[in-house]
Amino acid sequence: MGKHRLRPLDLRHGVVELPHGSGGRATAQLIDELFMRHFRSEALAARHDAATLPQTAGRLAVSTDCFVVSPLFFPGGCIGDLAVHGSLNDVAMAGAQPLALTAGFILEEGFPLEQLDRIAAAMADACARSGVPLVSGDTKVVERGKADGVFISTTCLGRIPDGVELSPSRARPSDVILVSGPIGDHGIAILSQRPGLAFDCDVKSDSAALHTLVATMLAVTPELHVLRDPTRGGVAAALNEIADQAGVGMLLEESALPIRGAVRAACELLGLDPLHLACEGRLLAICPQSVASAVLQAMQAHPQGQEARQIGVVLSAQGPQCFVELRTPFGGRRIIDWPAGEQLPRIC
Amino acid sequence: MLGTTQLSDDFRDPVLAERLLTTLQQRLVPGRTYRLMEFCGGHTHALCQSGLLDRLPAAVQMIHGPGCPVCVLPIGRLQQAIDLAVSGQVILCSYGDMLRVPGRGRQSLLLARSTGADVRVVYGTAEALQVAREHPQRQVVFLAVGFETTTPMSAAAVQQAHREGLTNFSILCNHVLTPAALQGLLATEEDQVRVDGFVGPGHVSTIIGSDAFAAIARAFQKPICIAGFEPLDLLAAILHLVEQLNAGQGEVMNDFVRAVTPEGNRRAQALIDEVMELRESFEWRGLGQIPWSARRLRPKYADFDAELRFSLSTPTVADHRACRCPEVLRGACRPTDCTLFGTACTPDTPLGSCMVSPEGACAAYYLHGRSRLPVLRHG
Repeated sequence: MGKHRLRPLDLRHGVVELPHGSGGRATAQLIDELFMRHFRSEALAARHDAATLPQTAGRLAVSTDCFVVSPLFFPGGCIGDLAVHGSLNDVAMAGAQPLALTAGFILEEGFPLEQLDRIAAAMADACARSGVPLVSGDTKVVERGKADGVFISTTCLGRIPDGVELSPSRARPSDVILVSGPIGDHGIAILSQRPGLAFDCDVKSDSAALHTLVATMLAVTPELHVLRDPTRGGVAAALNEIADQAGVGMLLEESALPIRGAVRAACELLGLDPLHLACEGRLLAICPQSVASAVLQAMQAHPQGQEARQIGVVLSAQGPQCFVELRTPFGGRRIIDWPAGEQLPRIC
Repeated sequence: MLGTTQLSDDFRDPVLAERLLTTLQQRLVPGRTYRLMEFCGGHTHALCQSGLLDRLPAAVQMIHGPGCPVCVLPIGRLQQAIDLAVSGQVILCSYGDMLRVPGRGRQSLLLARSTGADVRVVYGTAEALQVAREHPQRQVVFLAVGFETTTPMSAAAVQQAHREGLTNFSILCNHVLTPAALQGLLATEEDQVRVDGFVGPGHVSTIIGSDAFAAIARAFQKPICIAGFEPLDLLAAILHLVEQLNAGQGEVMNDFVRAVTPEGNRRAQALIDEVMELRESFEWRGLGQIPWSARRLRPKYADFDAELRFSLSTPTVADHRACRCPEVLRGACRPTDCTLFGTACTPDTPLGSCMVSPEGACAAYYLHGRSRLPVLRHG
């Protein structure tokens, strides 16, 4: 009763079928002929129930993220690389160097294997580029209509270098706020593909791994206070979270915000605020004024931070409330609030 | 795409804005207060978004008017749509900003959707028509709201459905008329708040033309300056209003000449007139019944009128007892005068209509300016 008795998977015309998730031979075949073709790590090859990792010294950081983006493929990426970068960046925001990644897949019956193959290839490519191995995974199949193509959940494990102490609660009045590049590209790239709304624009998702940028910044000084990747809810949500946790206010300069012309134009047309748009390959950094220019220079010398800018400063909170405000080019101020309600389709 | 920002950047020049502000300051008659209403929610949003409200001289007071389509729709009309969606008879298509508006109790189209109703957000009527084509077995209803700006698209959709013989498409027609609202506002104003002049709506005027406001300006002797939505547009209109008031004039002035003509968009007007007729009277949230202030489908297109197709009546739903949206909409009180503002009523938990759309006066205040309101109590 060997595996050879099943016909090989038809990666061009085949689809995901319920037996692919049943734990039987079909499941093993899907793993061998599709996933294992792309992912090659010692831990996976060992085929244990659990991956074992080498001993490591120091504190660990771990983060789990789920990905339900629609559409699955978009300009500049797909759900596969997004799922790798997402968890990896979350770990990097703790200052950690990522060590290993795991992935869970929920597949919908009828999902084209050709697309699954492309997604797995994109994930493997993202892992290879980041130098982080995928060490464990799981696949389940649900009946048609119970999922939307494919949902992916990833977990990333990383090691925090000694002396690094990043936390949202460490933002202090007079700290400066830096951003690593133009904001909102990912959100607009996804929106431009939405059925019924599709519009021509040359904006690509910024989806990228940020851990080497973080390492570069920490090499300049371990005195960074906060790192945060502004994913869902965008820069507005990320800064409001930090302001709340640290009990501080913030003031941004509108004229300093790096926003591409096409992103601004799309936001004008759709009535969106670029500060509410998701980024998947940008980070916000909050650090003391004294090290800001050195950190900024290091960021700009890194491929992921060439367009890094200082966008604002941290202030003392005004009373019990922690407002993130923005100074307009006309000298007025307005509040940058959390995005309210539903603004976008599924973006990550 | 690039052209869009280039065009708008010309009207966002901070140096020119500073010059306009200086000129405005010089034109003010000492001791005089200028109470100006920006009718349109888009203008309210632009004033807050640009931070210009902070920079206007204290003698220039901006009153946020009723020109937010989400805000002036009576709850009963919204409830009609919610009930229809909940009944399961239809796929209800709506512009996104209607979804969170509270109806009776805490009901909303969004809540209806989470509990099983088929409610879909569309960006335009063409999308709603497409839903109807794709679901020939289902009835598809488009919740048509808005001023003259969105009316031509609804008319075009009905005409297109008629042409295609789409028997499963209809609209809940709640389109309203701006000049009628302005008239209604001024007619009830005496014992309310004095408004000296109006920043006239920009997008609406692209359709109906600046001449459409001439009779009102004359009758009530109030200047109306039609403005675009960029900071320089607004500053120019405010400056011109101040100058007219100083000169004792009350005329319509078109400060949005790059988009608005005196006669407006004739083709759009003809399209509206072909498909729709005026209602004798229509209830506005905050302004009450205003004669000849809304449209419905003409008998020729009655097949596409969801009110007739589903024999709908309009339920009467009272506003929240403490909610002062009606007064806010009339410019009779400021959002911050309401006890619910920022406490029970926030953009996340809107009780009144003005808190729902970012163009609503309360949401604009809350989103952009509450850090300067030390009196706020937060629950």
